[in-house]
Amino acid sequence: MQNNNRITKVEGLRLFKKADILELGHMADGIRNRLHPERIVTFIVDRNINYTNVCINRCLFCAFWRDENDPEAYVLGKDELFSKIDETIRLGGTQILIQGGLNPKLNLDYYTNLLKELKSRFDINVHGFSPPEICYIADRSDLTIRETLKILKHAGLDSIPGGGAEILSDRVKEVVSPRKIKSGRWLKVMEEAHKLGMKTTATMMFGSIEEAEDIIEHLNAVRNLQDKTGGFTAFIPWSFQPGNTALARSVEQRAKSKNTSRITHHASRIYPATAVEYLRILALSRIYLDNIKNIQASWVTQGLKLAQVALRFGANDFGSTMIEENVVASTGVRYKVSKEDIINAIKHTGFRPAQRNTYYEIIRYF
Amino acid sequence: MLKTIQNKIFAGERISADEAMELFETDDIFTLGNIASHVAEKKNGKKVFFIRNRHINPTNICVNRCRFCAFSRSKGEDGAFELTIDEIIEKLHPSHITHHASRITSYQEVHIVGGLHPDRPFEYYLDMLLTIRKNFPSLHIKAFTAVEVDYMSRISGLSLEETLLALKRHGLDVMPGGGAEIFDSMIRSRLCPEKISGERWLEVMETAHRLGIKTNATLLYGHIEDYRNRIDHLLKLRQLQDRTGGFQAFIPLSYHPKSTEIGGSYSSGIDDLKTIAISRIFLDNFDHITAYWIMLGEKISQLSLLFGADDLSGTVIEEKITHSAGALSAESMTPEELTHLIRMAGKVPVERDCFYRKIVS
Repeated sequence: MQNNNRITKVEGLRLFKKADILELGHMADGIRNRLHPERIVTFIVDRNINYTNVCINRCLFCAFWRDENDPEAYVLGKDELFSKIDETIRLGGTQILIQGGLNPKLNLDYYTNLLKELKSRFDINVHGFSPPEICYIADRSDLTIRETLKILKHAGLDSIPGGGAEILSDRVKEVVSPRKIKSGRWLKVMEEAHKLGMKTTATMMFGSIEEAEDIIEHLNAVRNLQDKTGGFTAFIPWSFQPGNTALARSVEQRAKSKNTSRITHHASRIYPATAVEYLRILALSRIYLDNIKNIQASWVTQGLKLAQVALRFGANDFGSTMIEENVVASTGVRYKVSKEDIINAIKHTGFRPAQRNTYYEIIRYF
Repeated sequence: MLKTIQNKIFAGERISADEAMELFETDDIFTLGNIASHVAEKKNGKKVFFIRNRHINPTNICVNRCRFCAFSRSKGEDGAFELTIDEIIEKLHPSHITHHASRITSYQEVHIVGGLHPDRPFEYYLDMLLTIRKNFPSLHIKAFTAVEVDYMSRISGLSLEETLLALKRHGLDVMPGGGAEIFDSMIRSRLCPEKISGERWLEVMETAHRLGIKTNATLLYGHIEDYRNRIDHLLKLRQLQDRTGGFQAFIPLSYHPKSTEIGGSYSSGIDDLKTIAISRIFLDNFDHITAYWIMLGEKISQLSLLFGADDLSGTVIEEKITHSAGALSAESMTPEELTHLIRMAGKVPVERDCFYRKIVS
């Protein structure tokens, strides 16, 4: 690493399994410092808007989805959606992250109309529709991924969030999200988007049932694609939050009858990944992904204090101020944090806070 | 830069206040963590301790109204409460354990601290200890900060020594380390002008140690003090410990700003880890450094185990003081959860009693 050499999968695995966590942090911190010597830590002011919670995928790790007929099922009306955007802009926001479930009631026209109307009303970056949504729209309209992306882009979609990747290992996906698109299609959406000049992020949800090898596979797939396209702006690892999810319930049930491999050392339940596990993944990501400039700390899942520590374990970005967040909150994890809190948290760690846009261009220093 | 200090520590030597200052000023948290871990491992190996305990606050009515406290009330004020001894006994019954804490079936220790109540006589406290002792003979009682003991000696007209002996006779096993806050008199007069001085706090502890009562020590940091104040505080503790050896654990407490008079913000996660590490390095005569998860949160507490801490305190049922100032942590943790945090940090969990003896189950 000292000589800027790329590490291999085998080396990555060895580091992940064997390296002392402080040593790993030290390496990641050195890389962060080399890539961002100006000691700036960025964040974006944006809002998560979930236009629907109806989802046919029903992933086991998710506490947000509802059936079509569920009394809590919803599709946001345009008025409500636009007033949320209005408020976002008034609060200094530059982006909306718009994501939702795979709702059979919504077709391509819904999306294009929404985007067009939204763009005609507001000057805001639309960061929207993760690969599972893109694929669902494509399949139901009988279009290719590329055609779908072109149509959405033309209608006003600017960039694509990296959600739905979870772990890019089909073995894991088969268990935790059997109905969701597999790794190949996730990567395909990202590749096509990058080719069309759209920037995207990449995420990883760890701490469910994956093994170390799956994590390395994930990082490697993202690194390979980035070599080809250069279209990822940032990598965002975050941990599975077991609250209110079917995955946690099924693990508890299985544990009651019989111990299974991962569960044995985890006693009778899935614990949320601990701080040490989070930092280990974060540092490894910074070390492995030598071609991705930004690594985000996830205060939404880890809290502000651990996010501060994450800035010394490879992260250089604090993500979003999250004017609104629903998906993680539905698992019972909720940290009350204001924009001021984020600015102070960054300052107290010895970095200079700066608000950025979707493309990591700095808008304002604090 | 840290090399000299590191060599000194590895050679088993003591570091000076100026060297501690260098450690506070360094940006190299990784080396700091390594040095602190070295010290911790020499003392306790890979062991990390925890205890099954619960908290009881007999009252929040307090004649001192410290500026950093969100818990205390004046008599008659909204939210003021005072428990009778019967109510305390009731709370200690396992049947009282509810919801989240339901998997915690027994305690080793009860931790009792409260406000300085204007009317309650010394006999109330003695009676409390005796009644707990009678009802729960095997339960250890960790009770009353130096501030409360000083207050008891004043209301009873007894000497410190007599007060402590009476408490011990009635069932007190060990004392917590609260009320130390920060010893520096300038800072202290701004934080808690009514509270006993740092010198008096140390005097109470020295007397307790002399009478064979083990205690803890604390430091409240992250408010208006600077690094130098923290080091002075640590130095005074180290000096007293050299004389008595009566401190069991040192517990740095991060200031919580919500609903307090001085306000401000939470300490940073980095500052928390540094403070733990420097405490571990500087207090070479303390056996244990506690990461009090109620204040640091579960996540930073776990990381503290990589920065020199060897104790996570306990299950802590019904914590009120920090939670009234905006604690971001849960109100209790099960032994299973604590054990998991410790194992995932690569350490070996050891359930202990209030004297740090391993519980053999």
